[in-house]
Amino acid sequence: MFGYIVQRILAAIPVMGFVALFVFLLLRLTPGDPAAILAGDTATPEQLEAIRESLGLNDPIFTQFFRWVGQLLQGDFGTSILSGKPVIELIGDRMEPTISLALTTIILSVTIAVPLGVVAAWKQGTLIDRFVMLLSVLGFSVPVFVIGYLMISLFSMELKWFPVQGFRPIGEGLGDFLHRIALPTFTLTLLYIALIARITRTSMLEILGDDYVRTARAKGLPESRVLMRHALRNCSVPIITVIGIGFALIISGVVVTESVFNLPGLGRLTVDAVLSRDYPVIQAVILLASLIYVVINLLIDIAYVLLDPRIRYT
Amino acid sequence: MTDQTAAIRPPGRVSPLARTREIVLSSPLVTIAAVILVLVVLSALLAAWIAPHDPVRLTPSQRLKPPSETYWLGTDAFGRDLFSRIIYGGQISLVVGVAAAIVAVISGLMLGLLAGYIRWIDAVLMRMVDGLMAIPSILLAIAIVSLWGASLWTVLVAITIPEVPRVVRLVRSLVLAAREEPYVEAAIAAGTPPFLIMRRHLVPNTVAPLIIQGTYICASAILTEAILSFLGAGINPETPSWGNIMAEGRIYFQINPGIVLWPGLVVSVAILSINLLGDAVRDALDPRMAKRGIER
Repeated sequence: MFGYIVQRILAAIPVMGFVALFVFLLLRLTPGDPAAILAGDTATPEQLEAIRESLGLNDPIFTQFFRWVGQLLQGDFGTSILSGKPVIELIGDRMEPTISLALTTIILSVTIAVPLGVVAAWKQGTLIDRFVMLLSVLGFSVPVFVIGYLMISLFSMELKWFPVQGFRPIGEGLGDFLHRIALPTFTLTLLYIALIARITRTSMLEILGDDYVRTARAKGLPESRVLMRHALRNCSVPIITVIGIGFALIISGVVVTESVFNLPGLGRLTVDAVLSRDYPVIQAVILLASLIYVVINLLIDIAYVLLDPRIRYT
Repeated sequence: MTDQTAAIRPPGRVSPLARTREIVLSSPLVTIAAVILVLVVLSALLAAWIAPHDPVRLTPSQRLKPPSETYWLGTDAFGRDLFSRIIYGGQISLVVGVAAAIVAVISGLMLGLLAGYIRWIDAVLMRMVDGLMAIPSILLAIAIVSLWGASLWTVLVAITIPEVPRVVRLVRSLVLAAREEPYVEAAIAAGTPPFLIMRRHLVPNTVAPLIIQGTYICASAILTEAILSFLGAGINPETPSWGNIMAEGRIYFQINPGIVLWPGLVVSVAILSINLLGDAVRDALDPRMAKRGIER
């Protein structure tokens, strides 16, 4: 068990290495002077020279890469062009709305999507099943911001149940926090439900045909017990896997949703950075998002062993 | 002679046309999706003849008008006809969707073949694929566009790169499975050069899944283009694309929600149709895959 965990952690390191290499090469392969890109349009020749010096652009490219990775490992993500502040500080300021939105979305969509998928598989071919399947194709087809604007026009402008935009930290009262994060969460949840409900349904379908489910039914166990204890439990591995894979989807969705609802999170930070071509910020957000993705999937790999005693790695 | 070769065609092989008809008619929903898709493609191709107004001409006196006889869906903040803009916008979306699907499938096929067949390439390539897949696709596309500047080419590259790893993984797994087949082992034993083995025995195994994956990539590329344009990281705002129209309509949402919602409806319905057709093709070509619910 311990060996397995160590092995998974070691396997995650080269993945992050390639992410860093890719982000590094992206800047170097851009036509033009990397220093000019990092300094922005208004930089003076002296500033350019200073950046060139600090990046060591005259050194061999390998030296440059490893020095850059060394700086990253010490938490030095560079300086924002727009505000002149360290990027890591900007990111720290913008974390809360993004984490709040991601967490509320994951919680809400798992609570809705798993039962939906179970029922769809249980009642395969019925109206409920078709509805769930249609919902999940819709989730892959409708752009998040279209859902967001539909929510705004229905719940904010027509019914006036929720505010159109804005964010309130959870520290300033749970009620206000929930009231303001509700619409963004519903928006993003619709997208995520599609993914999870689909996988839950598929893996349930496979398991419901298995012998031990038939045995459980044959010995007269109540249907709810068959579904929950025998079937759903064995689906946990694929469901957890897709929650991890879907995390990349959530990050993409968060960027868009934050723009629609004007939440001051990492997504807004990134979009503002695009408009001002503030590459150090974009680069840091990518590295951070990928790191979180890799760590979450690492935790999920480890969770397999705990969830499914059949999986044994030594 | 030619008649004879046609006559000895193996039984059970249906012509592509008959196959297409069979798929399109497989369920009413799929038929509707196919009709919608044909309409969208035709209106984009024939935009110059269909669109009632010039999509880029500014008419300041007609700003933000509600739908009327002259302007079927109303006008935007610059007095441009929304309906005409949506018709023209389809051109960009379709170009992006089709081009991204073709490029991603071809490059993914080549890399996947190499990875599946040659051990040491596999080890390196798969780590790269893992790394690339760890980067959320929208963020990656945003980074590329912000570095290289917004143009149709950059957007195309930015949308295609995140799609390639998924194709590589798919092809690799298909190749690994096909390699175990007796006919491939026989070919290896007979000393057939690797290139011929790939072309003759491995590539044909990937065709059906790649067609299906291609339709999903097309749908997802159109979606990503809309999102990028919406975020202001897409193609030049002057060119009407579905995402651009919505991006410009954002600030006027409370005055005229139609500027966001109409293109939103069109893009959603178009992507939904492609996805439904993809599902139908999948069910027809590879029933096993339908059961497994292949990932998109």
